[in-house]
Amino acid sequence: MAQALPPFQAFLDDHLQPVRVFLRGMVGPNDADDCLQETFLAALRAYPRAEATNLRAWVLTIARRKAIDHHRSRSRGAKPVAEPQELIDRQAPRSGSADAALGMGPRHSAIWAAVAELPHGQRAAVVLRFAVDLRYRDVGEALGTSEEAARQNVHDGLKKLRASARDLKEMAR
Amino acid sequence: MSEFVDRLVAKADRESLLDVAYATVDTPLGTALVAATPRGVVRLALPNEDLDRVIGQLAAQLSPRVLEYPARLDEPRRELDEYFERRRDRFELSLDWSLSHPGFYRRVLRATSRVPLGEVITYGDAAARAGNPRAFRAAGTALGSNPIPIVVPCHRVIRAGGDIGNYGGGPEMKRFLLELEGAV
Repeated sequence: MAQALPPFQAFLDDHLQPVRVFLRGMVGPNDADDCLQETFLAALRAYPRAEATNLRAWVLTIARRKAIDHHRSRSRGAKPVAEPQELIDRQAPRSGSADAALGMGPRHSAIWAAVAELPHGQRAAVVLRFAVDLRYRDVGEALGTSEEAARQNVHDGLKKLRASARDLKEMAR
Repeated sequence: MSEFVDRLVAKADRESLLDVAYATVDTPLGTALVAATPRGVVRLALPNEDLDRVIGQLAAQLSPRVLEYPARLDEPRRELDEYFERRRDRFELSLDWSLSHPGFYRRVLRATSRVPLGEVITYGDAAARAGNPRAFRAAGTALGSNPIPIVVPCHRVIRAGGDIGNYGGGPEMKRFLLELEGAV
């Protein structure tokens, strides 16, 4: 028998914070809440047809599509993509450690600005691994790839980030 | 984050995506839960029930699109407050009967919903009013499965000998309600 879906309220309570952290990493804090609302409205629309077995990967997939739509509509308009300062959380970090991960000082904002420059798949993998704190297997499920591909994406992303960190050091000299 | 959730749920309601809304309501008996579909009040959970379990049952039996949204339940909450303050004799709420078995059980509950405050009837009376005078045991079962207690006043049905009989919330709760109504 198919596993019963939990009440949408319980689904929302379980996934709102991690999806919010993911979207802050993907589109920056200014636009994250708009994407977050669209994500959960889309999830609510489709909810009765969802598979109860992996709802986290399901909602992260919706969120990732919303982030892609967001970047597309932005590049059609003339606005610049991901201003570095947008990646600084202006509110005090709340209790969750994952939330705090995106709401820290200038050193972190530089790192997240560099994350924003990564290709989409690497960016999503790095955010899911280090901000949402998922294991590689779960990163892969959320991105529709194997665990190995997720590991590779994170690895490649980190390599680029290390290179930008070296550039930052050079600039500071 | 709660403001964000409020806006999200209000928008879901405007887009008719909210199949079941629920809210808690404070009563002299403890915290109860009331739930409604767009058709009306569908469930009232007494304070002795496991409210999380009740919310899970709403998802399984009605629709998984279940969200806490007190704004949808302002009217039932107001009427319950008034009832417990003895300022209301009858509820004027639209009801959604989909959680009761159609047929005899539902007829028993509908008949019971017409027993006025301050009066009591017997299980046999309830059975007779539902069209089968001899089915007083089945009437008891129907009343025991009442999804909307208090609003559908199954507590006004007692044993023929005058004993107040069983109640989902326990006999003390039944006695409390009948005393509140001045029926005993």
